[in-house]
Amino acid sequence: MNAIELKQVTKHYPGFSLQEVSFSLPRGAILGLVGENGAGKSTLIRLLMGATKADGGSMTVLGIDNQSPDFAAVKEDIGIVLDEAYFPEVLNAKQVGKIMALTYRNWEQPLFEGYLKRFALPHDKLFKDYSRGMRMKLAIAVALSHKPKLLVLDEATSGLDPMVRDEILDIFNEFTREEDHSILLSSHIVSDLEKICDYIAFLHRGKLVLFEEKDRLLEEYAIVRVTAQQAEAMDPAAVVGRRYGPYGTEILARRSLLPDFVTPERTSLEEVILFLAKGEDAR
Amino acid sequence: MHIIISNATDRPIYEQIYTQLKAQILSGALQPGQLLPSIRALAKDLRISVITTKRAYDELEKDGYLYTVAGKGCYVAQGNTQVLREQHLLQLEEHLQEALRLAPVCGLSTEEVIDLIRMLEKE
Repeated sequence: MNAIELKQVTKHYPGFSLQEVSFSLPRGAILGLVGENGAGKSTLIRLLMGATKADGGSMTVLGIDNQSPDFAAVKEDIGIVLDEAYFPEVLNAKQVGKIMALTYRNWEQPLFEGYLKRFALPHDKLFKDYSRGMRMKLAIAVALSHKPKLLVLDEATSGLDPMVRDEILDIFNEFTREEDHSILLSSHIVSDLEKICDYIAFLHRGKLVLFEEKDRLLEEYAIVRVTAQQAEAMDPAAVVGRRYGPYGTEILARRSLLPDFVTPERTSLEEVILFLAKGEDAR
Repeated sequence: MHIIISNATDRPIYEQIYTQLKAQILSGALQPGQLLPSIRALAKDLRISVITTKRAYDELEKDGYLYTVAGKGCYVAQGNTQVLREQHLLQLEEHLQEALRLAPVCGLSTEEVIDLIRMLEKE
């Protein structure tokens, strides 16, 4: 069964449209949603949570259509973290916990206290005095403490230092040890996604350019650096994107179609995505 | 059981797992009937994709190195490994014979070939 399923989801805003986005995230997997600022990542997440209504298409989350009346119950099973944590400024972590215990039926106080300890979050410090990293950690602790089956995170790791980011990625890794736990995680920090995702979805200007297994993507594409003449000699089917320089050409190529005279460079997910985005723009 | 995933090589991750597990099964470091970690546990411990780990296990199963018991897990295949070891020994002999055939062509003595092997091993 799929944790998330989108079929031709469309949403129009003045000056921006999300255009017929379709993909499915299998249960137990982590999906990284990549895209530049304004690509439609947050719009997609808002639509998925039923916060905004789509103009077309359909979505299911944990098997339930998000427009059906049953969806309210499904929300208990979803842990959500937005890029800005949203707790009242005058509350401390302990008080946030008390409110959440009344909000979520599945709230587990010992679990919450465990996360506070693990994240070294003070119980009595007011939320307004929290640093950005602490705010994010508190939001994640809350999201995890009502025992969700699906975690949805919008830019949750951006603006955090590498240590904290790594700590958070560790938690996500642990969370998906359970077979029915899935994560949808949007970010423009591709290296974070490269570390933990099973699938990558690439949104560009409201369109889904790519949905692929992460490791397949790295197996399929590679960057090669060649002279202009060598570039000419390459099979056009092998060339996905290119960047001209004064002394040579950089090509994103399909590995399987590479000629013998070139050696592929070690290629990162970020490079693959940048080249693909440029290829789209050139169209 | 040990698995080292290298990001510096060009080799796909599933292939790295496949090769290393296969080597440990053939050498007997992993015994027939031994329970292997679940796909999910291994993926999370190695901090790699579940799909990739599944692919490695699927390949190993397809080639007869392990088998799956539904609801229980993956086990190192029985008996079959003996045959496989034989096959590999045979292959090894063939390669060595080929090396010995080429050695005089390059003007190398058998001793020099052995030295060469030692040198290659150190690399």
